Amino acid sequence: MFEATARNRRAQRVQKLYAILFGLMTALLILPVLIILGTLIYKGGSMISIDFLFTEPTNGMTEGGIFPALLGTVWLVSVALLASVPLGVAAAIYLSEYAPDNWLTRAINLAIINLAGVPSIVHALFGVGAFVIFFGFGTSILAASLTLAIMTLPVVIVSTKESLQAVPQAFRVACWNMGATRWQTIRRVVLPNAVSGILTGIILEVSRTTGETAPIMFTGAVFFSPYLPQGIFDQTMALSLHLFVVTTQVPEVPEALPYGVALVLIFLVLLMNSLSIGFRMYLRGKKKW
Amino acid sequence: MVAPKLVVEGLSISYGGKTVLHDINLEVQENEIFGIIGPANAGKTSFLKAINRMSDFESDMQVSGTIRFNGRDIRTLRNLYAYRSRIGVVFPLPVGLPLTIYENVALAPRLRGVKHRDELDEMVERCLKRAALWEEVKDRLHVLGSLLSGGQQQRLTIARALSQEPELLMLDEFSIAVDPVTTMRIEDVLKELKREITIILVTNLVQQARRLADRTAFFLEGKCVEIAETEALFTGTVQDQRTRDYIEGRFG
Repeated sequence: MFEATARNRRAQRVQKLYAILFGLMTALLILPVLIILGTLIYKGGSMISIDFLFTEPTNGMTEGGIFPALLGTVWLVSVALLASVPLGVAAAIYLSEYAPDNWLTRAINLAIINLAGVPSIVHALFGVGAFVIFFGFGTSILAASLTLAIMTLPVVIVSTKESLQAVPQAFRVACWNMGATRWQTIRRVVLPNAVSGILTGIILEVSRTTGETAPIMFTGAVFFSPYLPQGIFDQTMALSLHLFVVTTQVPEVPEALPYGVALVLIFLVLLMNSLSIGFRMYLRGKKKW
Repeated sequence: MVAPKLVVEGLSISYGGKTVLHDINLEVQENEIFGIIGPANAGKTSFLKAINRMSDFESDMQVSGTIRFNGRDIRTLRNLYAYRSRIGVVFPLPVGLPLTIYENVALAPRLRGVKHRDELDEMVERCLKRAALWEEVKDRLHVLGSLLSGGQQQRLTIARALSQEPELLMLDEFSIAVDPVTTMRIEDVLKELKREITIILVTNLVQQARRLADRTAFFLEGKCVEIAETEALFTGTVQDQRTRDYIEGRFG
């Protein structure tokens, strides 16, 4: 019984071959990540210190720390979140829970997906036209953050919509049958069960916003500023732009400095991503159905 | 004679041009259990959806004809939410909302605006007792309802429907996911409930209709073949040949 025929053996060989092939592809995929991280740590690790993080750049940005840029990034990301999260979540709730399934809704969904595909430099130019000039915010944290917000809105909308739609329809139907309005159903049953996914999406948005350079370089981030930003109408330095500047625009920067900046930047992004992954795992453990 | 609870006149339902229910005419009396039997695709579930106007949520479902609840044409209702809250529905498969057992049952009172803890506690206990679930869950009211077994979840669903304090209870093949012993207990509850409310019982268990229903309608392929006193239907005094075949298990 169960003796392998020639055909079985061949099928097993082929199956093994494919497993190896796909495994190799996966290994190839993580290789760049490892190389990047390794290089950064190797070349820039020596830069990292409390001083580096919390002092200002000195001597034409060839020495000193990155504090204004770090703080600027925190400002930009926070204001961008304040703008994009309420807007994105509200739009997603509308599209997922209220909008009738017709051509208009489909067109809107398509537009959102396309918005995600617009190159960031185009968003930058839009930001200059709309926020810097038309609304008269000037080059400021506000203008830069709003540009970032518009750019990341599709991410928030799509991830929120997916989390909402992951809540089984039967729950909604059961609530409607009891005489609950759409909003009562959303508030008491849908949102509490989608909130984990929504937060995960938001954290991912933060990590993406942190690294963006193009959308902020014409709208609010500056080359160098001797002052720390005091409010949303100030200009600010930002980590991503600072990295670009010390790498290409300033002469005689010690080799380790840009690597140090890059290391901080990538660490921030990875931290956000792992937070998001950890959060998702934690909440999956608590899944209610 | 008392005016009927529910009057259905010329009800037809179609999904995107495909008719699933043709010209149904029937009346459901106050405090009766009205059974509906029939094979799959007879249009029983669609019928229930039309009654509490859940059809509004399905854009491709067209309903025509008149349904009167307490004498009021339901097409003219302004406050559909209040209307639906007076009709409890139990589905074939239990839907334990992702809330605690307590909150599952307290949800409908909360939606009505009941806030006092004592009042809610009392209501939750009463409904769970009626649904024959209280003894099993009274020590763990604050664990998730979805962790209960299928049969327990179905009784939770029934408790939830009762917590609406409905005038009409519609059960759609409620016993599919419930063991026979529990089914019997729920059936006893239904017989008792009949004194206060009206019940429409859709069932695929012919004998269940016989045990419970005062009158029974036989639906087949979207048509109502006949409606009769349940005993008459089962003893064969008034009977269409198709009904007899179905009851005696020759098809369906």
